[in-house]
Amino acid sequence: MKNIMVLIFLMISLSSSAFAQDVPEHGIFILNSLLFLIGGFLVMFMACGFCMLEAGLVRAKNTTTQLTKNIALFSISAIAYYLIGYNLMYPLGSWVVEGYFSALFPAIAVLEPVGVAADAVDDLSYASTASDYFFQLMFCATTASIVSGTVAERIKLWPFLLFTLILTAFIYPLQASWKWGGGFLDEMGFLDFAGSTVVHSVGGWAALAGAMVLGARTGKYVNNKVIPMPGANLPLATLGTFILWLGWFGFNGGSQLAMGTIGDVADVSRIFANTNTAAAGGAISALILTQVLYKKVDLTMVLNGALAGLVSITAEPLTTSLGAATIIGGIGGVIVVFAIPLLDKFKIDDVVGAISVHLIAGIWGTLAVPITNSDGSFVTQLLGIVIVGVFTFIISYVVWTILKSIMGIRVSEEDELKGLDNSELGMDSYPEFKQ
Amino acid sequence: MKFITAIIQPSKLDAVQESLSGIGISGMTVSEVKGYGRQKGKSEIYRGAEYDINFIPKVKIEIAVSNKDASNAVENIQEVSNSGKIGDGKIFVFEMSKAIRIRTGETGEEAL
Repeated sequence: MKNIMVLIFLMISLSSSAFAQDVPEHGIFILNSLLFLIGGFLVMFMACGFCMLEAGLVRAKNTTTQLTKNIALFSISAIAYYLIGYNLMYPLGSWVVEGYFSALFPAIAVLEPVGVAADAVDDLSYASTASDYFFQLMFCATTASIVSGTVAERIKLWPFLLFTLILTAFIYPLQASWKWGGGFLDEMGFLDFAGSTVVHSVGGWAALAGAMVLGARTGKYVNNKVIPMPGANLPLATLGTFILWLGWFGFNGGSQLAMGTIGDVADVSRIFANTNTAAAGGAISALILTQVLYKKVDLTMVLNGALAGLVSITAEPLTTSLGAATIIGGIGGVIVVFAIPLLDKFKIDDVVGAISVHLIAGIWGTLAVPITNSDGSFVTQLLGIVIVGVFTFIISYVVWTILKSIMGIRVSEEDELKGLDNSELGMDSYPEFKQ
Repeated sequence: MKFITAIIQPSKLDAVQESLSGIGISGMTVSEVKGYGRQKGKSEIYRGAEYDINFIPKVKIEIAVSNKDASNAVENIQEVSNSGKIGDGKIFVFEMSKAIRIRTGETGEEAL
């Protein structure tokens, strides 16, 4: 009889505690950190995605250089973010100009000590500092990756890497502090869940400035005609796109910044599902549109379409329904199919379509937020877009121009025709006769 | 001796190779080439920009034969790689003055 009573008592107390809380407090810290770690390495893999996409869309003679740029920029962003970027982006209240400017040379990033105890962590209600640092670093690196595709096939390696250093140490973190660092854009009510503006448009603006200062590839625009320069390896380009698609689950999902409650994990789940369907919407609209416009589907546009869908949903992947997410992504796909040839009309040579995918679809994604999120307003969104745009474009343009006058940013015409692999690196990607 | 160069449709390569083997021609060199004759190129669109592709992929077969085998070989190639459509290709026959087998040093028809 006593045993039955104990049993009943246990059952009652266990069932009531199930309703009392989701996880104990330390559990929230652990699960949030887990989200950052998983999201972080998924976004890291996007660096591979960008690398493969670009490697596939450039010509064979420029492939080694493109690969080198990608692994180098990813590594540089790690150093820049550690030394300067992280604390510039997250001043945690200590601003030089409150809400606008945190510091020129803030402290380097410092992780919590080894085996840190619960009472000694930086923020028990949040996540481990290293997981937060790791996750945010990957976003900074993503911004740098975006630029490398646009300026491919004629830019010099080292000036590009210098620009990357400045972008990742200062430009990206400073504007990101205005929103995610709790600065004035955030105060204003500007919404950008995972970075349609903060990451993708910023990369796009920097790329646009670069393309304008650099100039088009030799022979690209001749007598008002656009001369195609097809990529050397479409399997790689497609692989890269799928990898980016995969990594984006970490990019958007991790931006929930929490996974320790039922609500949060359900939100992360929604985000994964919405992110996927937006990509699909973008791919399909590009598929249909290129068939209709050109009588033939263009694979490279379908790839860009999927990515544009992903960029479009990045500003608000949570509140949308699956249907709305698909449509928002679909509109992103439509945008790139028209934007890509349009940039050519303006003689802005964007080798991989990064400006169309990240900047233009990024603007659309940011504007689309108030459609499903009543906390947002079109005016505020537009204001944020313009402020970040003006800042990023002007600073980038100035930096590119300075680099151009100090060291030149473009290879000679002869070297460009021979191929960067030959002139910059002396190493072919495909050196032997193919079997 | 004769040196025969044939430019044919890539899809006909296997058939030509089999057929030449069948009449005792035991070696050939094959390369991937591009070219055009009366068959004009075509127009394609890449990322919204139209362009002309003037050079069509073809396969080039090169064989060295004795004078005796030459006309047989030419006939064979033409029959097998003929599809009746523009773009089937061409066959060229050159006079060949010397041939040497590298491994053994044999010369002339012994080397073929």
